[in-house]
Amino acid sequence: MDETTTILTLGEDYPDIRRAVGRICEDFQGAYWREMDAASAYPLAFVEALTKSGWLAALIPEAYGGAGLPLRAAAVILETIHASGGSAAACHAQMYTMGTVLRHGSEAQKQKYLPAIASGELRLQAFGVTEPASGTDTANLRTRAVRDGNHYIVNGQKVWTSRALYSDLMLLLARTTPREEVTKPTDGLSVFLIDLRELKDNGVEIRPIDTMINHNTTEVFFSDAKIPAASLVGEEGKGFRYILDGMNAERTLIASESIGDARFFLERASSYACERKIFGGPIGRNQGIQFPLARAHAETEAAELMARKAAALFDDGQPCGPEANMAKLLCAEAAWHAGEACMQTFGGFAFAREYDIERKWREARLYLTAPISTNLVLAYIGQHVLGLPKSY
Amino acid sequence: MKVLVPVKRVIDANIKVRVKSDQSGVELNNVKMAMNPFCEIAVEEAIRLKEAGAAEEIVLVTAGIRQSQETLRSGLAMGADRGILIETDEALEPLAVAKLLKAVVEREEPGLVLLGKQAIDGDNNQTGQMLAGLLNWSIGSFVSKLETGDGSISVVREVDGGLEKVRLKSPAIVTVDLRLNEPRYASLPNIMKAKKKPIDMFTPEDLGVGVAPRVTVLKVVEPPARDAGVKVSSAAELVEKLRQEAKVI
Ligand SMILES: Cc1cc2nc3c(=O)[nH]c(=O)nc-3n(C[C@H](O)[C@H](O)[C@H](O)COP(=O)(O)OP(=O)(O)OC[C@H]3O[C@@H](n4cnc5c(N)ncnc54)[C@H](O)[C@@H]3O)c2cc1C
Repeated sequence: MDETTTILTLGEDYPDIRRAVGRICEDFQGAYWREMDAASAYPLAFVEALTKSGWLAALIPEAYGGAGLPLRAAAVILETIHASGGSAAACHAQMYTMGTVLRHGSEAQKQKYLPAIASGELRLQAFGVTEPASGTDTANLRTRAVRDGNHYIVNGQKVWTSRALYSDLMLLLARTTPREEVTKPTDGLSVFLIDLRELKDNGVEIRPIDTMINHNTTEVFFSDAKIPAASLVGEEGKGFRYILDGMNAERTLIASESIGDARFFLERASSYACERKIFGGPIGRNQGIQFPLARAHAETEAAELMARKAAALFDDGQPCGPEANMAKLLCAEAAWHAGEACMQTFGGFAFAREYDIERKWREARLYLTAPISTNLVLAYIGQHVLGLPKSY
Repeated sequence: MKVLVPVKRVIDANIKVRVKSDQSGVELNNVKMAMNPFCEIAVEEAIRLKEAGAAEEIVLVTAGIRQSQETLRSGLAMGADRGILIETDEALEPLAVAKLLKAVVEREEPGLVLLGKQAIDGDNNQTGQMLAGLLNWSIGSFVSKLETGDGSISVVREVDGGLEKVRLKSPAIVTVDLRLNEPRYASLPNIMKAKKKPIDMFTPEDLGVGVAPRVTVLKVVEPPARDAGVKVSSAAELVEKLRQEAKVI
């Protein structure tokens, strides 16, 4: 082995983390999640339990009050939550949104925010990239931040900004130099760490979006929002590059949530297929039931390897764009196929809310679309890995 | 005061237990294991005693296969100070465990041994009592409240038909019941610290204890499936059914 080799761990890594997080999840069973889902409520008790035990600070370095664990450890935390039947969507971004500040922020910003994020005193779990008019075409986003002395004045609109109503701080991507004045479309975008507590109803308005899953997602409107110049992260105009490595982390972590979802579906479906007896035997003996589950299991195992590879490369400081994207694609699809097989296995009961299958199925569907949709992952692989003509 | 807390690795309480096809026992392969919930309550109580200044050190001990170390690590992550593993592949019976614990008590000289009232696998409910017998120590079993005093420990026992308050002379054995406390979650910082806490390893031979089984398990079977209930439309019909079908009156 030489120094360009990255080592991949197989098997039940981080058993202590799986045990401890699993223990918390035991206290938040299906009934809890169904209640939250029905009321579109924020699962505060669950988030507080995770916060109090330090789980959301896993990736923050010890120097700033976190545990300083690798990305893979965070992936295991999220996978465990999803495999238990719960969802980490209400707080996963508290784990990784800070990464952009950590890697590109000033020491003053890190000192000011990271310890409070680690303790949970401050929530940084909103990330405003997507806009109604530009969608995935991030370079064409229209929200503008214009320098005005010691401030920037922000105007524009974000959509699908999840958890903005449950976040003290928000990471915002906005254009600081008009597109016509830059050579590359991705230049001239900047990242800001803004304080929503000061801005709410003072230049920033946040409206919840009613969605098919309980995701606490919102639209955020900026009208002459005045933010201190010190909220700029890194250099002006280089924001797009700063958010890219954060996106690799996000995709790798989301992939693990999908693996957790897949494991949930397969476990539930397998035991139901053994218990449910119809036509004189368990439905699981029929290949029409058994094979989709077996195939989904094989797919999940393979997808998980890619998620582990992406995390291993990330943790080793190696480029991991293709792997993070492929992990997101493969894991989300594995979870979706497992969910489908599970829905089919449960027959009519899959539709009864008390089984949690339909809720998880709705939730698992998101990851084929967000944080990046399948087509855009394929377009990325086509262009950047296979050298095909750019399609977007 | 030093508190010794024996803990047991059992099948996770949320797992549906399956009998092995040869009926020799229950399936343990690839089954999620966890600390016995009653042992967790005992660990929690020991930590609360330490936090209240009534205990100086919490020592965990477990007997079993090498993987039982994980159970010790879970308890260390909750806040215990160090662990002892008595490693053996033998299927341990309560008396063997009590003898092993007696040997550990003689080495460690704790002021209090806190155990779960029973383990959820065998539901034996014997180890604490046997240990007290072997040591000739006072014991409070099924405890739902515990207070330490000067040279004594006051406990509330959950007994048939009510609560019994007793004062135990130290050193003592206490077996804990469900309502004593709610165990805390192991926090991430404490899990990291737990990795560095020491675990001493022994074998039953090191302690001079024979653990060969004295009981032979003939076979293990699933409990019979319950028949579906029936609805009756009147009290008269109920009486009729109890008399004619169930033949209980
Ligand atoms: C519940 C939820 C939470 C979200 N949370 C956040 C958040 O916190 N922060 C945030 O910034 N965003 C968030 N998003 C936004 C999410 O990232 C976007 O919805 C997603 O990236 C797709 O963008 P779009 O909706 O604008 O679709 P569009 O970009 O309009 O795309 C629509 C469809 O066309 C396809 N398509 C577009 N261009 C091409 C092309 N060139 N080739 C082939 N196919 C193409 C896409 O793959 C997609 O299937 C969230 C979305 C949802 C639903």
